[in-house]
Amino acid sequence: MISKLKALAAAIVMGLSVSGAAQAAGDYPINKPRHVDWTFAGPFGHYDEQQLQRGLKVYKEVCSSCHAISRVAFRTLADLGYSEEQIKALAAEYTVMDGPNADGEMFERPAIPSDRWPAPYANKEAAQAANNGAYPPDFSLLAKARAVERGFPWFVFDIFTMYAELGPDYIYSLMTGYTDEIPEHYADQIAEGTYFNPYFKGGPALAMPNILSDDLISYDDGTPATVDQMAQDVAAFMMWAAEPKLEERKETGFRVMVFLAVFAGMVYLLKRRVFASVAH
Amino acid sequence: MSGHSTYQPTSGLGKWFDARMPLPRLVHDSFVSYPVPRNLNYAYTFGGILSIMLIVQIATGIVLAMHYAANTAVAFSSVEHIMRDVNWGWMIRYMHMNGASFFFIAVYLHIGRGLYYGSYKAPRELLWILGCIIFLLMMATAFMGYVLPWGQMSFWGATVITGFFTAFPVIGDWLQTLLLGGFAVDNPTLNRFFSLHYLLPFMILGVVILHVWALHVTGQTNPTGIEVKHKTDTLPFTPFATVKDAFAMLLFLLVFAYFIFYMPNYLGHPDNYIEADPLKTPAHIVPEWYFLPFYAILRAITFNIGPIDSKLGGVLAMFGAVLVLFVVPWLDTSKVRSAAYRPWYKMFFWLFVVNALFLGWLGSRPAEGWYIPAMQLSTLYYFAFFLVIMPLLGLFETPRRLPNSITEAVLEKTKSKGGAAPAAMPAE
Repeated sequence: MISKLKALAAAIVMGLSVSGAAQAAGDYPINKPRHVDWTFAGPFGHYDEQQLQRGLKVYKEVCSSCHAISRVAFRTLADLGYSEEQIKALAAEYTVMDGPNADGEMFERPAIPSDRWPAPYANKEAAQAANNGAYPPDFSLLAKARAVERGFPWFVFDIFTMYAELGPDYIYSLMTGYTDEIPEHYADQIAEGTYFNPYFKGGPALAMPNILSDDLISYDDGTPATVDQMAQDVAAFMMWAAEPKLEERKETGFRVMVFLAVFAGMVYLLKRRVFASVAH
Repeated sequence: MSGHSTYQPTSGLGKWFDARMPLPRLVHDSFVSYPVPRNLNYAYTFGGILSIMLIVQIATGIVLAMHYAANTAVAFSSVEHIMRDVNWGWMIRYMHMNGASFFFIAVYLHIGRGLYYGSYKAPRELLWILGCIIFLLMMATAFMGYVLPWGQMSFWGATVITGFFTAFPVIGDWLQTLLLGGFAVDNPTLNRFFSLHYLLPFMILGVVILHVWALHVTGQTNPTGIEVKHKTDTLPFTPFATVKDAFAMLLFLLVFAYFIFYMPNYLGHPDNYIEADPLKTPAHIVPEWYFLPFYAILRAITFNIGPIDSKLGGVLAMFGAVLVLFVVPWLDTSKVRSAAYRPWYKMFFWLFVVNALFLGWLGSRPAEGWYIPAMQLSTLYYFAFFLVIMPLLGLFETPRRLPNSITEAVLEKTKSKGGAAPAAMPAE
């Protein structure tokens, strides 16, 4: 019986594992993403509020001049440990278009917590025009929309190691991956206005220059603002933006798994008892 | 197997109902006293698991439809609204999204069990064909459902798959325009796909009822493939099958929950978190994992066959790969049902399973280099298994000695295990 169950489990795993390879092979990225030991990984993973606050600061002071995060409402920043007053004050730093008012006029007003984060550009075309034709992607879902193919057999192991942080690992690797030492092989493939990065999955170079440098910003909690630190913090913040319910999901999951396991164990004992007097 | 009913209403209300509309009697006869072979193993639990999955999909789907908007301008945002703002929306959506995958995992294991134990053989041909129809409806439902979030893979998957229909001569273009509601995937496509995605599961439910009805007429097969001959060959559905099915369901739900709560996006494609953009084609368009073997078969046909060009050939091969299942009852010439007594068939069957998994992996690869001949060889074996091996094996294979009855097979097994054979015969 047990061996049959094992065979069944193996069949399920093999069936599932095909999907991990769902992305087609390519020559890029040149280097596989590097792994970070995220606090939100694993069955009991949770966001580090301090890290998210630091990540927010990186986004606000650096990234937000080009990248929108338009699906995130200010009110959700309560997840990061901010009080209602702090959120109100932060929202009020931004203006949003509202209206029409009673006179039929559109008007600008300071943002309130229920507003979503205003984008730096009026529309996609304006963003492209300002960035050499390249659209700086919205951050709201980026941590779930970017993943480097794992390849066989890693995608099978990922099921058992519960590895689901491909997005933040990719973002971190990209942010820390810029280098001036361009291998000769790629030197003539770098288009004008693009920057070599061996971790970029779309080619040898991308339109975004290397923005981060040590002490570019200063953290409120005194953490030294190294490039590595800022890249980790902003990637964690982007993971939160893409998956704000992650903690609730994992906490609920643990309860569900324990319930199902105990229930299954009880039903198994019942099953043994029912079949005890019957050869089958 | 129908036999006469043993239902005895005890309460006044039970008698009142029984005289007017004997629904409790039907339930009692189908799920309580219904005799099942005593030797069913866990491979026979996927029917019950699939019923649960259908209910999960319908229940979560109805809730999602309350919050989703099938309009290209807002569809993607309405899904994000569910994920962020709707109470427990993230859970309902992840259940539905992974539920589709687990529905297919269960159905592939269910079909695989049928192929292994020869469940399709007379008198169960119609039962098998109804199952094939359910499988086809599931594929259509899943494909249309994948379009609804209006991500990049939704859009481009829909573009590629509806493009297949243009391969058919004469009616191809007309058919594609009808499917899309226009000349390209756009708002009318999304609207009709949503409508059909809501309709088809209820059609599946209808065919499932026919499938279960047919099952209850012919009775279940069992690992020996020998028909039930005596009362001692069977056990009453409740408690025996009920408790075993319940245990298998819980194990299945445990794996399902693991994916919902810990790896909800593992089975999906990251590009579907990018909103559909008709001007930007993804680097590689791939369907959901459960379609990958068929996608590999589609792309394996890179050559023209007489008047059939490679495109039409690929489409025919892909549809043929599903349709060939319908005629399996007549392709298998063996007099013995179960692979347990067919040494050669058993070997070819497991090779078929490995080949199908390999086809799935190839389906995720680009059609280039050595992948193409690999796809072609794998496709060849896929069809040869049904069209050549199945008919010929029945003629040439020498099956192992069959036990005289299910009871004999069970008692032999118990004896060889060395355990004290329980003396008691199953309860009446």
